[in-house]
Amino acid sequence: MIQSFADWLVYGIFGLDSATKLGQAVNFFFYDSLKILILLFLISAVMGIINAYFPIDRLRNFLHGHKLYGLDYLLASLFGSITPFCSCSSIPLFIGFVKGGIPLGVTFSFLITSPLVNEVAVAMFLGTFGVKVTLIYVLSGILLGSIGGIILGRFHLERFLSPWVIQIQQQSIAEAQAWIEDNTSFWKRLPDILKDSWGIVRGVVIYVLIGIAIGAGIHGYVPEGFFSAALGSGQWWTVPLAVVLAVPMYSNAAGIIPLVEAFVQKGVALGTAISFMMAVVGLSLPEATMLKKVMTWKLIGIFFGTVTIFIILSGWIFNIIL
Amino acid sequence: MEIKVLGTGCCSKCAILTKNTEDAVKAMGINVSVEKITDIEKIISYGIMRTPALVVDGKVLSVGKVLTVDEISSLLKSL
Repeated sequence: MIQSFADWLVYGIFGLDSATKLGQAVNFFFYDSLKILILLFLISAVMGIINAYFPIDRLRNFLHGHKLYGLDYLLASLFGSITPFCSCSSIPLFIGFVKGGIPLGVTFSFLITSPLVNEVAVAMFLGTFGVKVTLIYVLSGILLGSIGGIILGRFHLERFLSPWVIQIQQQSIAEAQAWIEDNTSFWKRLPDILKDSWGIVRGVVIYVLIGIAIGAGIHGYVPEGFFSAALGSGQWWTVPLAVVLAVPMYSNAAGIIPLVEAFVQKGVALGTAISFMMAVVGLSLPEATMLKKVMTWKLIGIFFGTVTIFIILSGWIFNIIL
Repeated sequence: MEIKVLGTGCCSKCAILTKNTEDAVKAMGINVSVEKITDIEKIISYGIMRTPALVVDGKVLSVGKVLTVDEISSLLKSL
């Protein structure tokens, strides 16, 4: 349906020739933009609905009250994947977990997956790479959060938290706190949730369009296998290089995925591309500054270092198995 | 009456809630200012885990939601 609309618009209304490179590139641009923006809206809405009804306090009490033999890391990681993109809500949640007496490692699982798997990245992946790559990305993100949390938990890093956070942790309250019951009906809340989703779409639309436009250009004009010689066969050093390049690109995550897809089409190894994307959304300088409020630079360094190593490792694994 | 909007300051959501709250207060004709709390330590002291939040006279009225002007008015009236 979207394709026939793009065909109609580009070949019918604009009068471009479907046999020319320009026609194909413009068609690709309209088709991809529409598809991705619709997906982004739908996925944000679904995540918004889950978030509106997710009983965080109950999860916190559950994590605290049960011996889960490692499953708590997975649960925290899963929870991180459904919380919204905004890194400013990650910090209050982090403190909430610490306050609830949840081990630091489990809290880190949440903190790793929260930016890594978010609605914007999922929608962009789904729209550009398709279901298989999206699943690989999401599942490895959740796994990476779980394993990262388990390992960080081993190091007893509590002493590197900010002093006021340590204090909160020592006074952690185990009992169930009263929370505000929300009895607003689903149909009354839906308009607000949809409005929020629209807000998310509006916030990234410009990056999406620019990214797809450049991606469409690459699709149309860069020859097949252009990058194969330098980056394509997944030489080992391409993964760390991609990760380092990705760190400063935080704010443009939405615009970068279409570009990465175009690079993959022209010969960049998929594993390198996925670890690049993980680093774009998972290792961000703004998040590091946010974390400064709750941890020392040393702990931020250890945290980001561990995540970086894991992203590189998963890139290598992807390049071998995919 | 003491009205506070809690948010870490980097979200657009927090800014919208502040504006809606100010509009609701203005529409109701009460003369109170809306205070914006961005300090994470203070936010945590209210025991909330999601921002933005609306706090009136020390009582947490809403968490993690951008309330509309109407919703805020009816919350304030029901106090």
